[in-house]
Amino acid sequence: MAKRIEAMNVTAYYGSFKAIEDINLTVEPKTVTALIGPSGCGKSTFLRSINRMHEVLPGARVNGRLTIDDEDIYDRDVDVTAVRRMIGMVFQRPNPFPTMSIFDNVVAGLRLNGVRRKSVLEEAAERALKSANLWDEVKDRLGKPGAGLSGGQQQRLCIARTIAVEPQVVLMDEPCSALDPISTLAIEDLMFKLKDRYTIIIVTHNMQQAARVSDRTAFFSIERTGDPGRLIEYDDTQKIFSNPSVKKTEDYITGRFG
Amino acid sequence: MSTLTTAPGAAAPGQRPQLRTRRLPTLAALGIAVAAVVLSAALVYGTGIGGTALVVALAVVLYLAGLYLASNVVEGRRQARNRTWSALIHSAFVLALLPLVSVTWTLVSKGAERLDGNFFQTSMNNIGARDPNGGAYHAIVGTLEQVGVATLITVPLGVLCAIYIVEYGRGRFAFTIRFFVDVMTGIPSIVAGLFVLAFWILIISPIFNNGRPGYSGFAASLALSVLMLPTIVRSTEEMLRLVPAPLREGSYALGIPKWKTILRIVLPTALPGIVTGVMLAVARAAGETAPVLLVAGGGAAINFNPFENNQSSLALYVYQQAGDASRYAPARAWAAALTLVALVLILTIAAKLLARRNRFGR
Repeated sequence: MAKRIEAMNVTAYYGSFKAIEDINLTVEPKTVTALIGPSGCGKSTFLRSINRMHEVLPGARVNGRLTIDDEDIYDRDVDVTAVRRMIGMVFQRPNPFPTMSIFDNVVAGLRLNGVRRKSVLEEAAERALKSANLWDEVKDRLGKPGAGLSGGQQQRLCIARTIAVEPQVVLMDEPCSALDPISTLAIEDLMFKLKDRYTIIIVTHNMQQAARVSDRTAFFSIERTGDPGRLIEYDDTQKIFSNPSVKKTEDYITGRFG
Repeated sequence: MSTLTTAPGAAAPGQRPQLRTRRLPTLAALGIAVAAVVLSAALVYGTGIGGTALVVALAVVLYLAGLYLASNVVEGRRQARNRTWSALIHSAFVLALLPLVSVTWTLVSKGAERLDGNFFQTSMNNIGARDPNGGAYHAIVGTLEQVGVATLITVPLGVLCAIYIVEYGRGRFAFTIRFFVDVMTGIPSIVAGLFVLAFWILIISPIFNNGRPGYSGFAASLALSVLMLPTIVRSTEEMLRLVPAPLREGSYALGIPKWKTILRIVLPTALPGIVTGVMLAVARAAGETAPVLLVAGGGAAINFNPFENNQSSLALYVYQQAGDASRYAPARAWAAALTLVALVLILTIAAKLLARRNRFGR
């Protein structure tokens, strides 16, 4: 199920601007990996290059090798949509489809990829909503618009939507930054639960959150504005937060910089 | 100093900031209005320099001035300005509404006279100058068919064109298309009519018509299409651009292909706006006279076939009846004008309801 992700010399550009340079890191299956670092250090760019969302923007491209279980996702004959079905993504701001009901939102990935059978869709919706800890709150109003939920519920709806297509990896780009502490807790609990089945990579600005939820932590940083972001240190979360081996990591974690 | 001395509305330094100010009594504004009208009437009729319109205009000016002065004395400068500007904005609204109300009232009062069953069931075929009967059935059929066909042509074309510009177009080619769409927006309807006359009627239609050029409702549809297309492209384009990028990304991230994202996520989100744009184009096309006159020729008889022979339209019918010598013609022109407005209104409401009902369907 869950898969290993390996980045080798990954460099990403926006037009002529080099956003990240020479990222090398391996993410083991069924773990939570946190990407931390100051704003503009390229952690979101790296995250978006893992499921090829980076190239959606005009002029954006990626060099280097990114493999999922030894298959290069940037290979010429790889289908982008297949990559994205395998590697799901949750965004910073909840983005439920406004024209769709809660039910339609959850099954959108399946239905728009050709699943028609109503029984299959209903089963998948229930499973995904239960996994996302949302089922009890919405089971009586599945036909209501998804945009009518609260922010935290919307984000869990987006998580349900993502896992309904049964990806192997789930990427989360600051999934809690627009949420209150209670909703944040609900989503962190959810990550623990999802870890049994998925590989999770999360970008976060909240270091307590990184310490709470992740097994391994990668620290990204930049020298100066305009320089490409680099991976400074990548280690077990406990080690990073208690005894980092690079001075810069320590400075960042203790709040002396960034 | 522990208090905030620079709070908004604060009095001079040293004084305590005041939250309360004296207010003008509610009836005062009414009193000023009455006084303004009386004074204005007295001035205008007393000097004998004008009529009712001048009384109203002068009363408004006097009211604004009186309100400002009274409020300035009692409430202070900020409230006085607030009141004056509020009153000005409300007057502007009423002023803008006046022509609309006037047009609607004129249309209804004059159009109702001939708005009977006969009007909707008969054409102008064999209706002489002394015949009070006659109707607009043929013109309604013409308008519905011509605008309908034009809509069928332009909606797919326009929406697809807008999708190309917003979602796929890059660089010079997309820029050129946008530029020409902008240029097309300014084409006068008579030019569109002449274009279709020269291109379709004189060159293409003889092929289908034993070598002779022929008028048809379809030719009018083509001319109307030329006029509708830029409106639809531009409004759809704006609406597609309003769809937030995170929605598209959310869809891509589920492994949904781009074309399906556009079809199932982006278009439904933009639908209400697109419908509004289409209805604007339809309303404009339904009101066009010149192209229909040029390429469909008009006509007094009912013709259901848009591809052959003359057809009339409501706008053209209004034009012809308004210029007709018969003393029964003006009433028919008003009734047809009312019908046209009602038709566009009904279509717009129906389209909006349809666009709304499609949301949240399971």
